[in-house]
Amino acid sequence: MSFIPTGIDQYKSGLTAPATIRTESAKLVRAGFIPLVDAAVLIAASEFGFAAREGIQIDLVKDVSWANIRDRLAFRQFDIAHMLAPMPVASALGLGSNPSPTIAPFMLGRGGNAITLSVELYRRMQEKAGLAGHEDALTNAKALKLVIEEMRAKSEALPVLGMTYPFSSHNYELRYWLSAGGIHPEEDVKLVVVPPPMTSDALSAGAIDGFCVGAPWNMVAVSREVGRIVAVKEDIWPSSPEKVIGARPEWAEQNPETLSRLIVALDRAAAWCDVLDNRRDLAQILAEPRYLDVPFDILHRVLMGRFTTDPNGIERTVPDYFTFHRQGANFPWISQAQWIFSQMVRWGQVTYSPEAHRQVASAFRPDLYRSALGSRADIPVTDVRIEGNAEDDVFIDGATFDPEDIRGYVARSPIRNTGAGTTDQSDV
Amino acid sequence: MNAALSIMIFDENRIRAAIIEEGLREAGHTQVVLLHDIVGLARQIELIGPDVIVIDIETPNRDMLEHLFQLTRSVRKPIAMFVDRSDTLSIEAAVEAGVSAYVVDGLRKERVKPILDMAVSRFKAFSRLQQELADAKSALEERKIIDRAKGILMKSRKLTEDEAYALLRQTAMNEKKKLADIAQSVVMAAAILGS
Repeated sequence: MSFIPTGIDQYKSGLTAPATIRTESAKLVRAGFIPLVDAAVLIAASEFGFAAREGIQIDLVKDVSWANIRDRLAFRQFDIAHMLAPMPVASALGLGSNPSPTIAPFMLGRGGNAITLSVELYRRMQEKAGLAGHEDALTNAKALKLVIEEMRAKSEALPVLGMTYPFSSHNYELRYWLSAGGIHPEEDVKLVVVPPPMTSDALSAGAIDGFCVGAPWNMVAVSREVGRIVAVKEDIWPSSPEKVIGARPEWAEQNPETLSRLIVALDRAAAWCDVLDNRRDLAQILAEPRYLDVPFDILHRVLMGRFTTDPNGIERTVPDYFTFHRQGANFPWISQAQWIFSQMVRWGQVTYSPEAHRQVASAFRPDLYRSALGSRADIPVTDVRIEGNAEDDVFIDGATFDPEDIRGYVARSPIRNTGAGTTDQSDV
Repeated sequence: MNAALSIMIFDENRIRAAIIEEGLREAGHTQVVLLHDIVGLARQIELIGPDVIVIDIETPNRDMLEHLFQLTRSVRKPIAMFVDRSDTLSIEAAVEAGVSAYVVDGLRKERVKPILDMAVSRFKAFSRLQQELADAKSALEERKIIDRAKGILMKSRKLTEDEAYALLRQTAMNEKKKLADIAQSVVMAAAILGS
């Protein structure tokens, strides 16, 4: 195992992490992952020596579906796993096909998602709304609404949009973006699940008209000239939780030291991934067949946030398309678990109750994160905050989220599920 | 609940699906449906309302299925994968074999376990068969390459067939390599040197 020291040293000063103790034999941690760029921190921890320095050997196992990841973690095939942030929340609420207790002590960073529409659909939006090509995500959503209205008037089939999993950031982000543009995700479009590697094919075959998935699949669709990127995750909500490290609570209790050292290793790996000069090395590793098996060139551009958004060559640079470590990007805010819960309530996946509200708080574990890393200037001292309240961290629709008032927050959303799932039926 | 169980097998590999179907029919299950394509799966599930869905663990389409279960607000809630969570051995066996399943909540496990066991053993048998086929193919390839290397040595070094073979074997032993690898080098060298 090689250790590439580039960039790590500048993060060493100021860290008050526990001293690393090497035991005679490395502790083996079996980790499941899905081949996506946001597994980078986990892969870097294993590949660039950060885990080895903490006396841990990470056995990385590539998998094909989130359902497999969940089940294999639950059935002890994995000790930890690369997971969607909403998965531990769903488990805490008993939702899904195999809910079993899962905790998230570490977030794998921010960013990475985007919304891509078919070139055909986007050209129609351009024509209808006079888009020149550099409009923001909200303007694009409103343009899509105009096209959908026209489709309705002409009795055309409404757009079919793909996402990755019912309990995914992609599902909630796509719905959030549509709603911000005045589009009802359950009435004006049809949402389906499409495995990310299949999105380009599904788009070019006309099976779907757009999708919201993680990197690098949006860029892949543009490079294949079938897709047009209309929004990135930062446009919808920069702090929006994405992937986490999930673990079984009983494994965490039985292996407190391993978990603590793992968090230290992940923290160092995340800091290393954040250094732009390291992203070439990172892209090279991720490109390998045993990881993402995607061309280096695309991965490097994605990691640098340099986008071609349109096959016609329109470019966009998103400086923080991936934030792996800075600004507390690994801190599991309980208020973010609660925001995920609010979206589950908003879309009728679960009914609000004070008990459910409490259960959700146990899914994210900032206490474990803090106890592994000690106190440090960039580690928040509270677990809950009002989300979307900072100048550089606003929701696309300008709303703020107060975790104390989930019912009010959902009730104020003009577009939401009004079926059996929600408790409040007042407006719309 | 004594009515016959309705079982759906979703597997893009038609041969394997047929092997499992046959096993289930032999075991007396009459309501077995095979599906190979994700297109139309939603409608089929709605139409048939299977009690058990057996699915290949290697397909990413499991996530799509779970979305369908979320949408249909049916009381017949499907549970993922295994009947008995405490039975680690059977869980491991299933994962290793590559089988995953959804079972309608409330079914007695004595009724479901034999179905899953059957699927697991047939998946295993299928991959054993595939392995055997791959082994046989590579053995054949190796024999072909050794024959070609022998021919090259016989011609260039004026050796008998037995001498050529002995030379290859001796080199393999000296180099601690497989006979086929040495033969491969000989064939490649001959191609490059044009002999």
